[in-house]
Amino acid sequence: MTDLLSQLKEMLSASGLSGFESPIREIVRTAWEPLTDELLVSKIGSLHGFKQGSGPDPRHRVLISAHMDAIGMMVTEIRDGLMHVTEIGGLDHRILPGQPVTVHGREDLPGVVVQPPAHLLPDSVGDGPVEMKYLMVDVGLLPREVQKKVRVGDPVSYAQAPLELTGEALAGHTLDNRVSVAATTLCLEALQSRHHTWDVWAVASAQEEETLGGAFTSPFDIRPDIAIVIDVCFAKGPGSNDWRSLPFGKGVGIGYGPNIHPALYDAFEKKAKDLEIPYHKDLMPKMSGTDAMAVQIVAEGIPCAVLGIPLRYMHTPVETVSLKDIRRAGRLMAEFITDLDKDSLNQIQWDA
Amino acid sequence: MKSLIKKLVETPGPSGFEYEIRDVIRQAIGDTADEVRVDALGSLIARKGTKSPDGMRVMISAHIDEIGLMATHIDENGFVRFTNIGGINPLTCYGGRVLFMDGTRGVIGMDGLARGKMPKLSDLFIDVGAGSKASCPVKVGDVCGFERPFLDLGKRMVAKSMDDRIAAAVAIETLRRLGSTPHEVHFVFSTQEEVGLRGATTAAYGVDPDVGFAVDVTVSGDTPRRSNKMATALGNGPAIKVRDASFIADPRLVDWMITTAEKAGIPYQLEVLEKGGTDGRAIQLTRAGVPASCVSIACRYIHSPSEMVDSDDVENAVKLLVKLLESPIDLE
Amino acid sequence: MTEKITIMDKKQLDLLEKLCNATAVSGDEFEVRKIVREEIDAVADEVTVDALGNVLAIKKGRGANKVRVMLAAHMDEIGLMIVKKDDDDDLFQFELVGGIDDRQLPGKAVLVGRDHLPGVIGAKPIHMTTKKERQNKIKVSEMRIDLGPDIGDKVEPGDRATFATRFAVLGPSVCAKALDDRFGVAILIQLLRQAPDHIDLLAAFTVQEEVGLRGARVAAYAFEPDMAVAVDATPAHDLPHWDEEDENVHYNTRLNEGPAIYVMDRATIADRRLVRWLQETAEDMGLPFQLRQPGGGGTDAGVIHKTRSGIPSISVSVPARYAHTAASIARLSDWANTVKLLGAALERVTPDLLAGERRN
Repeated sequence: MTDLLSQLKEMLSASGLSGFESPIREIVRTAWEPLTDELLVSKIGSLHGFKQGSGPDPRHRVLISAHMDAIGMMVTEIRDGLMHVTEIGGLDHRILPGQPVTVHGREDLPGVVVQPPAHLLPDSVGDGPVEMKYLMVDVGLLPREVQKKVRVGDPVSYAQAPLELTGEALAGHTLDNRVSVAATTLCLEALQSRHHTWDVWAVASAQEEETLGGAFTSPFDIRPDIAIVIDVCFAKGPGSNDWRSLPFGKGVGIGYGPNIHPALYDAFEKKAKDLEIPYHKDLMPKMSGTDAMAVQIVAEGIPCAVLGIPLRYMHTPVETVSLKDIRRAGRLMAEFITDLDKDSLNQIQWDA
Repeated sequence: MKSLIKKLVETPGPSGFEYEIRDVIRQAIGDTADEVRVDALGSLIARKGTKSPDGMRVMISAHIDEIGLMATHIDENGFVRFTNIGGINPLTCYGGRVLFMDGTRGVIGMDGLARGKMPKLSDLFIDVGAGSKASCPVKVGDVCGFERPFLDLGKRMVAKSMDDRIAAAVAIETLRRLGSTPHEVHFVFSTQEEVGLRGATTAAYGVDPDVGFAVDVTVSGDTPRRSNKMATALGNGPAIKVRDASFIADPRLVDWMITTAEKAGIPYQLEVLEKGGTDGRAIQLTRAGVPASCVSIACRYIHSPSEMVDSDDVENAVKLLVKLLESPIDLE
Repeated sequence: MTEKITIMDKKQLDLLEKLCNATAVSGDEFEVRKIVREEIDAVADEVTVDALGNVLAIKKGRGANKVRVMLAAHMDEIGLMIVKKDDDDDLFQFELVGGIDDRQLPGKAVLVGRDHLPGVIGAKPIHMTTKKERQNKIKVSEMRIDLGPDIGDKVEPGDRATFATRFAVLGPSVCAKALDDRFGVAILIQLLRQAPDHIDLLAAFTVQEEVGLRGARVAAYAFEPDMAVAVDATPAHDLPHWDEEDENVHYNTRLNEGPAIYVMDRATIADRRLVRWLQETAEDMGLPFQLRQPGGGGTDAGVIHKTRSGIPSISVSVPARYAHTAASIARLSDWANTVKLLGAALERVTPDLLAGERRN
């Protein structure tokens, strides 16, 4: 069984911004190769891992969707060897000044996000936060070198190395959503030695942070009977203490709201209770903010469950998560899937 | 090509009411396509070529709708209130001239605005010269576009609706010049882009392409105070879109487009657009997904009645598209 | 203007009352789904409930060349979801589901959960407020739902709540919550009952319209109709302007002027062939109708028309004042005329209606 921590660190060492997921996809492909019967890449870059069930034809299908893309930045302009950037996905520009980054040009270039001195900024900024359009990235190279190695449109990712914190916590960038990909890998590993009658489609989806592109397109051909979307959710922390945040390291979030089929909520809750896996009801009164927003409305509609791994400081380079919750999520999914039989779909009814 | 462009930009046709411009385009295409059809939302789809073993089904999408206005209320004195069709900047309206689909012409006026305040659309109205509601030829639901003649400044061209009639011109010219191709190319002249990429959404579902390109205008960052901080400029060649606010172009396609342009000696520029969306998104999210990108024409003063493009950029866009379609598409 | 008051019969009025008084907040449409299924089980040829909870009913016609006509009305209403019980007392925090102006909330009675437990959204006594404070809105995060100190665990986070308004007939009007879109639901049930037999009538009682037109999208994909009509309620902002000098030019629709036909909202530009279809039907039948002012808003037609390769679509609504608040008011005659218009229009559907290209 692969060590979760080293698996995560390997994933975090690869870039994979929305729309540019090739590097992370290769790592996930290598991890899923021994765990699946077939691996395919979708037209827009999602990775589909198919693991056949043991039941007789025709088998029902369960899809697991964990987005593998990450937020970051993109070069918009190069002036005097310094780059202006825009965001890919959503990030708070206030955490940018001084951040170590990597510019993925013709080669990977380490650099820093810099805040120009006050006299080079509009007066209106004062000592307030500087908008992204005034920040720059400096890779330390001379302008003509930069012109050769970087062009408009090149992606830029956070370069903060992951840190092991106490209590099996890990901090780093892009834990949103690599931790869910890792949980999916753990689930597939568990299924190696378990019986499951349904077919399993593990999807490391692309472009969630930008367009939910993978979530709209992967289910279209796969047409699963049910889908489990796994993503990160908010963990309680500084400035994030209301009903939207779950306790840190104390259990998996099980989503509840219009995006989620209530019968699937019930099924996952029951499973968690039976296995004594700590969990919390994760309320999503309107939309879930996950791939489920798209998966649920593909073609004729797909019943969805949403699992959340609580995470602090989302979309910063120091996202923090508990490895315990990742293991819990992986185990919960594996146990849920092994339970699925030919009658399970009859339980996923409305008003039953 | 300029007379084609003139005809296209001067034909009225806001989103949802593209029937006239569709007829003009159908005429312009003539016999150059193998097959022409119109889908449920009014998009015109012209197919050229059949798929050979190393070819693909390619969708090219240029939207034929323009922004416009729809009448919401005629008051007792014959003044017409309106709402927008697509993105309308109130600043570009005052004193503007409009042409309704039935030929009625009018002027946009403004009233009741405090000094120094920015107008909202509700502060504006259309005056068609009627003296009363009864004698006003405009009814609630009637549709108009802005009216300005095409202006040929030599290297530069100005008109309303360069967005996106210039792309329609590029697509038609590409269709005309395309000789042999390994691909089955569907030139989609899409409707209702300005109100949410609607025509391209349904057209892409129907065409079910292997790969797709939108053709649209993009913001240029070359005006005096550079308030649009973009690396694009008029005259630097057709822009290969890396991303806009609605989607990220498939990097494999972007690389292949760059390689093709460089090999053929066609000038090009790279585009990162932070605001604004295009048909490329609609294509990319169709069915099980479609690798998509966009060829853009840098344009100043977008969504004003006087949009400006560079004629060399337009010519090079045609050259680039023809080159892209002449050989197999490399997605490695 | 003389009003033609056509009272719907008692049976239909009772049904509307039952529908309006039911709780069905987006994502939990159970109560209305139940009523719908009871009403149409005997009438439709096929009834299914799909992955999102839409009720999809088919009434097949007879003969060849039948046009497949989809009707859509949404079962969900705007409401609230309980999100947390306060740590130190028995009060509940809540979130809005769907578009509600938060000024409509304080001091209202609500019903919580499947058991319709009564509660109130309290507000601070005025004696304890300052003038300055009263100039600002009360934030949702400061409001609480109070069901009394012994509520215990009868209510938990995730439960939905709606305004407690009960349906009432006020002269020529009805006053209720959720006329948007229980009108549509009632109309669809009626149209299923009187479906003409030369078309296939595909009725979608949709879910989650208020949170993004979600149910209609998958319903349209499943049905693959030739054309679609969304039946909804739409605001009538036909009150006087605060400044007597000023004309109300943004009334959207007016009460008493009949069903509102949409030419354009933010989600759909109507296929004008369908606008003419409805207009000509109304004119031939001598029924009142109005054009809803083009502009904002959206209905299920917004996603239906973009499904697959495109489906010509249009929306028709019953005008209602004060939509998305505790109490909406509409005229019985407008409701009656909407049913009449659609019933007559469906009779006139032929394959020629959508022959040729979409033009003007």
